[in-house]
Amino acid sequence: MTTSKSEQRLSPALRAEALEQLLTERSLIDPNVVDGLISEYETNVGPLNGAKVVAKAWTDPEYRRRLLEDGTAAIKELGFTGPQGEHIVVVENTPTTHHVVVCTLCSCYPWPVLGLPPSWYKDPAYRSRVVKEPRAVLSEMGLDLPENVQITVHDSTSEVRWLVLPERPAGTEHLTEEQMVPLVTRDAMVGVAEVEAP
Amino acid sequence: MTAPLDPDDPVGPPRSNGELVFAEPWESRAFGLAVTLYEAGAFAWPQFQAALIARIAEWEKRSDQKGAWSYYQHWLGALEDVLVGQGAVSTEEVIARANTLAGRPRGHDHPTHRHQR
Repeated sequence: MTTSKSEQRLSPALRAEALEQLLTERSLIDPNVVDGLISEYETNVGPLNGAKVVAKAWTDPEYRRRLLEDGTAAIKELGFTGPQGEHIVVVENTPTTHHVVVCTLCSCYPWPVLGLPPSWYKDPAYRSRVVKEPRAVLSEMGLDLPENVQITVHDSTSEVRWLVLPERPAGTEHLTEEQMVPLVTRDAMVGVAEVEAP
Repeated sequence: MTAPLDPDDPVGPPRSNGELVFAEPWESRAFGLAVTLYEAGAFAWPQFQAALIARIAEWEKRSDQKGAWSYYQHWLGALEDVLVGQGAVSTEEVIARANTLAGRPRGHDHPTHRHQR
């Protein structure tokens, strides 16, 4: 890839706009469709979807079984589908096993359940370090795991998108599925945090 | 904006756990263009993904790593690579058009997007 001087001084904002104009003139896109899609990801597709999946799995053992068996199908039951959701595999944290997700080469992420990835997930430091020293990275992010907990790092560079089913926090036995939803954070579903009781 | 915008809501959809989904408007356009084209069948996702991986790898192996890390800049570059590869647009056209846009008087920020969110 050669980049000329005139190319380098063009901001990405100008390039994006130029590209959109050209594609629109050629009827390859409809800007209104693009608007609608962006708005969908800014308002509807987010970690709230994943939180609903997790809360249901915590309160419905049969659903939990289906979710761990075939994540994509069980997630679809709740109406969450779309790009990057074609092959979702759900992994369950236990008192002795902890799962954490990364995409080392780009930033693949299960959009239908988590929305678009946060900046730290896309950061070169997270992507390169969490595979080599997960315990240290998690600790820096505020999650100190006991030595006896085995950490498994899942790299989503293939077609698979991973979702972590966090542990249900102790002391939440009296809460309903609906009451649990707000407790489940995006970070817990990526595996860089645990869910805390209210 | 019709959805509630509560940055303190831990799972509020508009912001991902307190963080804006897109830092700048052009990032959302780059994202929206790629996904719209993909959904219209313009390319297979692995094609775009491979281009994105290549762009990121190229940036990471440059020893100087001039310029700050910008994920969506690579995303946009990857989209251009795929579209140029298909002959949908040429790099020269994109640069020429961007240069034209750069020459606009100030205050003409986004003439193609009047849509208010």
